[in-house]
Amino acid sequence: MEITVTINGSDHASDVEPRTLLVDHIRRTVGLTGTHVGCDTTSCGACTVLMDGKPVKACTVLAAQADGAEVTTVEGLKTADGLHPIQSAFTDDHGLQCGFCTPGMMLVGASFIAENPDPSDDEVRWAISGNLCRCTGYMNIVKAIQTAAARVAESSNGS
Amino acid sequence: MFPSRFDLVVAQTVGEAVEAKAAAGEGGRFLAGGQSLIPMMKMRVAFPDTLIDINRIAGLDAIERDNGHLHVGALVRHADVVASGITFGAIASAAPWVADPLVRNRGTMCGSVAHCDPEGDWNSVLLATGADVVAQGPNGERSVPIADFIDGAFTSTLGEDELVVGLRIPVPSGRSGGAYLKLERKVGDYATVAVASHLELDDSGAISGAGLALTSVNPINTKVADAEAVLVGQQPSAELFAEAAELAAVAAEPRDDVRGTAAWKRQVVRTYTKRGLAAAAQQAEGS
Repeated sequence: MEITVTINGSDHASDVEPRTLLVDHIRRTVGLTGTHVGCDTTSCGACTVLMDGKPVKACTVLAAQADGAEVTTVEGLKTADGLHPIQSAFTDDHGLQCGFCTPGMMLVGASFIAENPDPSDDEVRWAISGNLCRCTGYMNIVKAIQTAAARVAESSNGS
Repeated sequence: MFPSRFDLVVAQTVGEAVEAKAAAGEGGRFLAGGQSLIPMMKMRVAFPDTLIDINRIAGLDAIERDNGHLHVGALVRHADVVASGITFGAIASAAPWVADPLVRNRGTMCGSVAHCDPEGDWNSVLLATGADVVAQGPNGERSVPIADFIDGAFTSTLGEDELVVGLRIPVPSGRSGGAYLKLERKVGDYATVAVASHLELDDSGAISGAGLALTSVNPINTKVADAEAVLVGQQPSAELFAEAAELAAVAAEPRDDVRGTAAWKRQVVRTYTKRGLAAAAQQAEGS
């Protein structure tokens, strides 16, 4: 079936089988491999993308269901000015070890701090509770998300 | 992993969806959030030959109060229930404990109810609050009490040509409170044990309505009717709640598994029933 998905601002028209999963569509048809396949059973969140602004597990959405939707993958986080604040905070706070969960963690983090500009530890932990880090590097992930929130708040206060 | 082949029908109206389901027969399944169905299809536990996507049907995404009821449309996601300011008691208490934040962004309350997973959270909450499931078929709409809707593990009394279009949950007119206490090993896991409690108080402070239901300790979500009967007409007290908790512990038939022993789970039922009813009473007294 013919679908058009807007991925990171560009329209991608394709002919897909109904059973094609959104994550496979993004990785194989569109060729953006930043979105990872981890557990493939809706548990780990490595495949997280933003669909119409909300984080979802792309291994559990059909590509056909994203027809007409706006999808943001980790490749779409960067801005014209460079890295997204969540990306620079993950770098500065060592918010990653092996990096496998990082695209999902950053997308959830970016979406979360847009709603909650000054989150507590508990609030961040709750927000990322659908994403697993098998390195167990949660301390610095939580810290990085808070750093990003503080930087976004600071830059919007300063402007 | 990916599902076996199927035809996808993207329905634009409830009428179209119901017609497509009737045409597909037993091989047809509705797709809403897909957070249970898609994993089951990927694992080839489910292999519908026709999938009828209802996500594009307008007007099914509302959660609203009308005529003494909370109406939850078929496309209301768990996250919408968490965020809603018009839910109450056990509904509001359970919503943040369903699955994980990402699954809650896609999965629907009605889909979860229709799926009838015996370890699902919502059906216990609906049993405790006395909700109806609204089903639409070729001959129109009908309301089915949740207790009659649940037929067994993963089976409901929904007709082959019927779609769950919403839920109708009575909003207590007087003072009320509720709680959903869920023990889970980690976020997103099924409940090891969960207890849904619901209490309504009359002007004298006596219990005028009670609902109690258990998750994950029986082959299906279980309403503890004899505990409810013991509660009604009495003043809330720790002794009364302990008596109800004993009846709940008797109604539970947990099994030894990786989550714990049967004896321990029965003890959790007892403790959570006491705590849940106490929380419900406190909320009702403050309302």
